[in-house]
Amino acid sequence: MIGFRFPSPPPSPAAEALRAEVRAFLAEALATRSPAARAESWSGFDRDFSRAIGAKGWLGMTWPKRYGGHERSAFERYVVIEEMLAAGAPVAAHWIADRQSGPTLLKFGTEEQKATILPRIAAGELVFCIGMSEPDSGSDLAATRTRATPVDGGWRVTGTKLWTTGAHHADYMILFCRTSGTNSDRQAGTSQLLVDLHATEGVTIRPIIDLAGQHHFNEVHFENAFLPAAALIGAEGGGWDQVMSELAFERSGPERFLSSMQLLLELIAVLREAPGDAARLALGRLTAHLVVLRRLSRGVAALLETGENPAVHAAIVKDLGATFEQDLPEIARALVDAEPDRASTSDFVAVLAHTMLNAPSFSLRGGTREILRGIIARGLGVR
Amino acid sequence: MSEIATMLTDAIERLLEARLDDSAMHAARTGIWPSDLWRALEEQGVPLALVPEDAGGFGVDPREALDLIRLFGRHAVPLPLGETMLANAALARAGLPLADGPAALVPIDGAARIAWGRNCRTFVVETATGIARITDATLEHEAIDLAGLPRDAMRFHAPERAAPIPGKLIEHGALVRALQCAGALDRVLELTVAHVAERVQFGRPLSKFQAIQQELAKLAGEVVAASAAADLAADAFIADPADATFAIAVARVRIGEAVGRANGIAHQLHGAIGFTAEHRLHLFTTSLWTWRDEFGGAAHWATRLGDRALAAGKEGFWPMVTAA
Repeated sequence: MIGFRFPSPPPSPAAEALRAEVRAFLAEALATRSPAARAESWSGFDRDFSRAIGAKGWLGMTWPKRYGGHERSAFERYVVIEEMLAAGAPVAAHWIADRQSGPTLLKFGTEEQKATILPRIAAGELVFCIGMSEPDSGSDLAATRTRATPVDGGWRVTGTKLWTTGAHHADYMILFCRTSGTNSDRQAGTSQLLVDLHATEGVTIRPIIDLAGQHHFNEVHFENAFLPAAALIGAEGGGWDQVMSELAFERSGPERFLSSMQLLLELIAVLREAPGDAARLALGRLTAHLVVLRRLSRGVAALLETGENPAVHAAIVKDLGATFEQDLPEIARALVDAEPDRASTSDFVAVLAHTMLNAPSFSLRGGTREILRGIIARGLGVR
Repeated sequence: MSEIATMLTDAIERLLEARLDDSAMHAARTGIWPSDLWRALEEQGVPLALVPEDAGGFGVDPREALDLIRLFGRHAVPLPLGETMLANAALARAGLPLADGPAALVPIDGAARIAWGRNCRTFVVETATGIARITDATLEHEAIDLAGLPRDAMRFHAPERAAPIPGKLIEHGALVRALQCAGALDRVLELTVAHVAERVQFGRPLSKFQAIQQELAKLAGEVVAASAAADLAADAFIADPADATFAIAVARVRIGEAVGRANGIAHQLHGAIGFTAEHRLHLFTTSLWTWRDEFGGAAHWATRLGDRALAAGKEGFWPMVTAA
């Protein structure tokens, strides 16, 4: 073994007890949510829902109580997030903050940042966006051109972030940018800054409409925007390492294989009406993949719980997960004769259409397939 | 790992490295039973590794005992070791005497292709009501698997009585093959990584080409998935052999696919070198192609899983997944 064996997820009776509670809550909260709406998966945005989840104590679950957290295990948190995804709950208003912005602040932030921001994330009140990609810096994150120049009392930021999911809803952005040196320094001289999007002047947010006509992406332009010195997260020049430690959280979770879950459920409903050998074989295959992906993902949660940084493991989960999610519409259309139509009154047909249009993004967001495979190859020692 | 399991694993690893060279592998492929190797592993207690202490075993943690089967897969050991371990565990559970020498697991309708049937001394044969221990068997027909190793049709006298055990023998056998596959896939990845680092074309090692790196990453993903699938099945079997059908089916379906993809990539990256009889790669890939379809192939297990999914329906599907 070249060192990639994933640990067995340990049994967690507390997590399984919580599962029943989460299911009951979601059954009621989402009773009227249509399959097509559920298919939005973690793109579904609803601040009220996120506040309700916060009130249940299901955000910031693993964080210290003094920052509004609940000091529960990673496995309890895992149960909450996988149940929400499986049910198609609208989680976008808290998803990024709870998954990675909060943990980044907890790990690298100043005491002031932690004390003022984390309790509000845990309450479901704050929406975060990720300021990483730029027009000329997609997969090549180290090529960032956005620059924060040190000035009296803080920084002046100029540059453009692109494909920024949810920026139009967001209260805060964690901005990755250059704070010293030049582009030829690559990773060195980069930092992370906390941007209050309501209080910062010189920030313009414009919509970028995706191929499905949806508005999730944005262009966020900084024009000589002033950020106070207190906006720095962690060490000046430590941005790259901080971002890399964030990515294992971003890449290994159940959202990396459950994006097409509603399609799978609607497919089962349709096939049940007229089950044949092809249906049985295909569903058997999909079930096997899903169960194994879930085990791998929970294995990464176990590694994260012990304080490791399983970057390669996370890349493997995301690569396999995205392939599974993207295969689903192709398998569904081979089994059921239907023309995809988002306006269809058939739940299956509407969900198929939605999933098909969104599937290309599954292997782009959070690190493209090619980048992930490069990370895996490096883990194998050949790069 | 516990001390006893570490000692056992280390001893077996040393033994396999010393005795199981390519000439021994090739000899087995001409039908010569590796009797010295069998005896040496028997002396280490391998056949009893899954037997509880009160039934004559020596107290290895069952999960660690199952990992030995993975190790046998890693070395593509041409002996029915996993079958014998599971056979003894089943016999002990059924209150029957343990096997005398190498043993076979014979599910219902499973007597047509038994690994080393001609050399097995004990046959654990499943009937409608349980298992029987049979020592009197006739070789009906000799055949070989894709690796060239014996797969024999055997004939038995119908057993007079059978003792019930939890779970079905096809599941026992499927678990053995799942673990062997996980181990062998690990070796296939290792061989491939080593090959692309050594082999130079266009003035640099193959491993420096992005096209090669991307394929290696895919290979690693399949190997990791297979490993997790085998773990899933092993955990479920240890927890309750009567309730491991779902996990074993998952493992078999996922591993079968992993074998197809992984073997394909490994051979592609090895080029013509790896397609020769002289190279070691086929010692693992040909057994993988065999093992993945023994004790129920892709269609068998996928159909059963699909039936579970359909029975669960839209509402019950996710709860079924999280219960695994």
